[in-house]
Amino acid sequence: MSDAIWVEKLSKQYKLGHANPTLRDRISGMMKLDFLRKKPEEETLWALRDVSLSVQHGETVGIIGRNGAGKSTLLKILSKITYPTYGSTGIDGRVISLLEVGTGFHDELTGRENIYLNGSILGMPKKEVKRQLDAIVEFSGLEKFIDTPIKRFSSGMRLRLGFAVAAHLNPDILIVDEVLAVGDAEFQKKCLDTIQKLRASARTILFVSHNLAAVENLCERCIWIDHGEVHMDGKSQTVIKDYMGSMRESTAVVVDLEGTQNRRGNGKIRFQGLEFLSPEGISQKVIRAGDPVVMRFHYCVHEPIAFPSFGFRMHTDTGALVTETSTSHHDIYIPSVALGAGYLDLQIDCLNLLAAKYTISLWITDQAGGLVYDNVENAVTLEVDAANTYGSNFVIDGRFGIVFFAQKWNLAGMSGRYEHSLSSSVDLRESLARDNK
Amino acid sequence: MALDRGRMRRDFIAEFWRYRELLYFFAWRDIKVRYRQALLGTSWAVIQPLFNMLLFAGVFGKLAHMPSNGIPYPVFSYCALLPWTYFSVVIGLASNSLIHNHTLITKVYFPRVLLPTGTALAGLLDFAIAALLLVAMMIYYHLKVSWLLLLTPLAVLLMVMLTLGVSMFLAAISVRYRDVKYVLPFLIQLLLFATPIIYPVTMVPKRFRPILALNPCWGMVDSFRACLLPNQPVDFKLIGVSIGLTFVVFAGGLRYFHKSEKSFADII
Repeated sequence: MSDAIWVEKLSKQYKLGHANPTLRDRISGMMKLDFLRKKPEEETLWALRDVSLSVQHGETVGIIGRNGAGKSTLLKILSKITYPTYGSTGIDGRVISLLEVGTGFHDELTGRENIYLNGSILGMPKKEVKRQLDAIVEFSGLEKFIDTPIKRFSSGMRLRLGFAVAAHLNPDILIVDEVLAVGDAEFQKKCLDTIQKLRASARTILFVSHNLAAVENLCERCIWIDHGEVHMDGKSQTVIKDYMGSMRESTAVVVDLEGTQNRRGNGKIRFQGLEFLSPEGISQKVIRAGDPVVMRFHYCVHEPIAFPSFGFRMHTDTGALVTETSTSHHDIYIPSVALGAGYLDLQIDCLNLLAAKYTISLWITDQAGGLVYDNVENAVTLEVDAANTYGSNFVIDGRFGIVFFAQKWNLAGMSGRYEHSLSSSVDLRESLARDNK
Repeated sequence: MALDRGRMRRDFIAEFWRYRELLYFFAWRDIKVRYRQALLGTSWAVIQPLFNMLLFAGVFGKLAHMPSNGIPYPVFSYCALLPWTYFSVVIGLASNSLIHNHTLITKVYFPRVLLPTGTALAGLLDFAIAALLLVAMMIYYHLKVSWLLLLTPLAVLLMVMLTLGVSMFLAAISVRYRDVKYVLPFLIQLLLFATPIIYPVTMVPKRFRPILALNPCWGMVDSFRACLLPNQPVDFKLIGVSIGLTFVVFAGGLRYFHKSEKSFADII
């Protein structure tokens, strides 16, 4: 097989700061004879550094990486929107890049008119749009509104219309940026189905997404870009596993938050770490489903503050919110906190989460929540291990949901013999207690 | 190197041709959108130059008794206002065409020159509608046309080239410097009076005329008069300079645009 996309030693530098000097700045600069002086060091950022890769015809390749890693810059260079500082790229085939759904939509034009305009902007010949118009309209499900100016459309309708055009483009090579981030679950499914269909017809697809499950599902190969460089390139499962591993800041028992980069807030008080303790007070790395646990929030007060509220939010690795709670939710008022280090415990009697990894974001705000002292997104990963949850032979893990409840099947209303079943449906707490011994 | 540049230029033209359908769509969009939700719709294309003409005819023709080369003053001024309106309206819109479409520029690839060119193309419809009024006026005043009428397409071409040249330059520069937006209305007004539109060139003292020739707009408006109105005096040498400058403006605008378009997506 031959290469569909190749990238050689690609680097892209952006100038930071005063990017747009006005004419006045230029003229006053000339007056002050700036050009005679040494130029001040301009702040620059290498969005991409020495990136080389190639994608073969018919391959579906996922690109993952943190925000600002350079994924979008790479796609923009491949799409000829922006130009590299060094290096070169090449593409063999009719390429369509979809960095946004509904690019170039004009509010004053009707849905139908926008289909033509958008199709043409994305490189679809007018004849082709005309031929596929009915299919596009039907796909969008907006038959009734197709002759209405889209300024009357909701954002969801625009998205559907934009995607309907995109789904009918039929390119050799498709470059897609995070389009899944927008839209509801139904829309996302439609997107993924369409990409899957293209994949089945042996098109080449380059696909940027934060939805790792989608990447793993769609792509055999995955490229992890970090700080503008190709960090890893290989089988999707392997790359994603390593990538997720790197997301967990540290494997230390007390997760140290001192050096973390992704925090905001005024810093008068800061989280130092989060610890998971057994009822006996022993730090734990992994917690079994249904175990009791104490979450210990370590903090350090740098300046006196009054009435802080401590809280956290827990997400699944696919981004679903599991829970959000804080001291204010419990009507707890903390008049003041002593300067220096300290900790706060949250006692959980039964951690009724199913086996999976959960991400915890932490924050300290004032009582009203308006003033942020500290906020650490995705600070800690909580790893929950499978336990014999229902006292049965079934391993109940993340495949069966996010949470489980104390529960009991009652077969008393059924006719026939049920002694055995009854005896096996024990109280959840009991079974867990037995299990823990 | 020279060979490379030649190839780039050929690529540029080939690509422009490949994307001609998108050019049509940009122009079509501009036309569709311009008069939507306007009660009078496309009539505005006539109303604008008509009112300008009535104003000038009232002030300069009736009150100031401006000479007009033996042509009724309304026709004389309208004949120049016709290309002038096209020129001034299009450069105003086209200089903002890149900024207004910044979402396109940062999300999709296409030859960027299609945006100002699309605006210029869309403007031709207004121009054609406004031209109908000129035809009506010429019939009303019983003006005879000469064989020079056949050269009108060349005058239109000249007008489009000048407009495009200025538009490309302004559009490209306003990506970097938003100041253009504030300077332009003033500049257009200045140029209106620096160009023999509401007065005949014969009113300008002979020794100043070479300076006037440095204004390519003179070539634009006087080529229209020469083609459409009977017995117009034409100073071929000076008009030649003015027309020659049109080509310089066009080539310069295109060159500047081409040179700066690579950084559009990064700085817009």
